[in-house]
Formats: sequence, C-alpha cells, structure tokens
Amino acid sequence: MEIQLVGVVGAGVMGRGVAQNLSQSGFKVILIDVSEEILKKAGEEIKQNLRFQVMMKKLDESQTPESILDNIVFTTDFKLLEKCDYVIENVTEKWDIKKDVYAQLETFCPESCIYAVNTSVIPITRIGSVTKRPGQVIGIHFMNPVPMKTMVEVIRGYHTTDETIETTKNLLSRMGKEVVLVNDSPGFVSNRVLMLTINEAIFLVQDQVAPAEDVDKIFKGCFGHKMGPLETGDLIGLDTILYSLEALCDSFNDDKYRPSPLLKKMVDAGLHGRKSGQGFYTY
Amino acid sequence: MTDDTIKERIRTFLFKHIKDNELSNDENLFASGLLNSLFAMQLVMFTEKEFQVKVENEDLDLKNFSTINAIDEFVRRKL
Repeated sequence: MEIQLVGVVGAGVMGRGVAQNLSQSGFKVILIDVSEEILKKAGEEIKQNLRFQVMMKKLDESQTPESILDNIVFTTDFKLLEKCDYVIENVTEKWDIKKDVYAQLETFCPESCIYAVNTSVIPITRIGSVTKRPGQVIGIHFMNPVPMKTMVEVIRGYHTTDETIETTKNLLSRMGKEVVLVNDSPGFVSNRVLMLTINEAIFLVQDQVAPAEDVDKIFKGCFGHKMGPLETGDLIGLDTILYSLEALCDSFNDDKYRPSPLLKKMVDAGLHGRKSGQGFYTY
Repeated sequence: MTDDTIKERIRTFLFKHIKDNELSNDENLFASGLLNSLFAMQLVMFTEKEFQVKVENEDLDLKNFSTINAIDEFVRRKL
C-alpha cells in the first residue's frame, strides 16, 4: 500500500518536525492538536525552518516554503483522520494522555490505518493493548530536529506484524530516514541509556561537582559528542526528560532511574529548556 | 536613517550573542565560528522585525547576512 495521506497527532516539538519532514518528502499531512494556539505556532515554526533550509540551500528547487506548507492541513478536528492511511502520534509523554488519544484514533481512523507511536519511553505493546489493532501498532522514535536527523529507532511491539514493519520502513525511507529495528522494552535502546546519562549529569550540577558548561565541555572535548548531556536535555525539553525518567522508574521499579531533585525543581519552576527559553542555558 | 544607525542596531543585537568587542563590519560572522549557522534564522527574523522589511525567498541567502556590512546593504535596498 502506497501511503499518501499521513495524520500527525500532536503539534509540539516532534510533531511539527515530523509534519515538515513528511510534507517535504511529498506526503500530504493532517497535523492535529487540541490547541489552536499551538497549531499557529507550529505553522510559524515550520515556515521559519523551511526558510532556513532555503538559506542553507537544502531545499529542492521545485519546492518553496509556501508549497510545502500548503501540503499540511492544521486542524483540531480528529474527524479529518478518516482518510489517513498512516498516523504518527506525538503527544505528551504521559500514558494517560496518550491513552485518550488512541481512543480518538480508534473512533475515526480507517481499519487499515497503521498507528506509529513516536515515543521515547512508552511501551508499544501497551499502546497496542488499548486498540483493536495491536498488529498495526509500531513505535518510531524520531530524533530531534526531525528533518535533520536521518537515523530513527523503530520498535516492534509484541504483536506488530511484518507487514506493518515493511510499510513503516518504506514510509521512513521516503522520508530520507535510516532505520534500526529493536524490540519493545521500556526506553528501548536510545533513551534507556540517554536518560540515565542526562539525569546523572544533572546530579553533577546539583552536587556542585562542576557547572553545566563544564560538564558539557568534558563530553564534547573528551568523547567527541556534538552536544553535551545538559545541552541535549535542554533541547529535548527538561519536562520530557522528567516524564521519561518517571516512566522508566515505573516500568523497571528500579530507583537507578529516580529523577534528580534539581531536575524536578527546574521543571516545577517552568525552566523546560529551549522550548521555554531557559533551562541549563538561556535561549 | 543615518549611515551608522542601521549598523549600530545590528551590532547591539549581535552583542547579545557574541562576546567579541572588536567585531569589524566586514568580518564573516559564520565562517569565523562566531555564530552557529542555526543562528542565521534568528538574524533574518531580527532584521525583519527591527527594520520592518520583508525577507523574500530570493533574499534568503547567507551572503546577505554574513557580515554587518552585508546586512546593512540588504536593509537599505529594502527600505
């Protein structure tokens, strides 16, 4: 089945990147969010990202920021998912919120539609269990910023069929992505290790072992990382990091995932990183 | 707008992000590593807001924003 119309649910940091990438790759997109305000910001941000690509000469000659935006419908109406062949869900990393979204998808999406869960920690098998189509539920862990990062983690749920995997691989290939397929386990590969690393780096700042800039400098200088753990935390969103750690703690019942008190305090104070203008660094 | 005002306003904005007090008007902001290329969009948006000019798709070229002189010239063309 050649996918034409993709529903993207959730117009936050990841959702807008997924929508932009899909549209640039020739798909028609329905971008859904519960908030008109967020949809408006998503449109503006996508436009600026595309203009940036024009400046860096990374846009196809046949495309303009306007033509790419034209392929995206921004809406709060879930009913528009009725014609989608494929849905990528990117809402907040909280089970209760995601569960409600899948109830909506079950109401409106056609039977053949595949659900791709863009999550960094929620178990794919569990999402499958709240739908009538667990074989068509798959995880795609996109990296941030979506249009620029070519590698993605794809997660096979317990019931995910080979056909779902094949269709997903084809879609991702059309998006210019390279795939690593892993099995379903909390945090999969990337986040199980990354969240611990970021959390421990936050503990270092909390314990006053070194300031944030120096912690990041060590990783960049000694290990050749492009970004240090705290810069990465700010980029992902410190609130997302916190939710991810709580989900990992909950899944493994292992307190090695307990979030640093400094992280909790910063999230409570609204210091969420890049998206809020302030985290370990100021933006 | 006088010759210096535009450049001064550009400098004021840049110094929020660069710590080089001796930045010359013809120094390439990106090639020198002073600014990350990701900052280019912020520079475009600043130019539009500060000088009330529209940066069209054809204008979206790093050349127009790579030095203080280039930005100044671009703004004058648009005003």
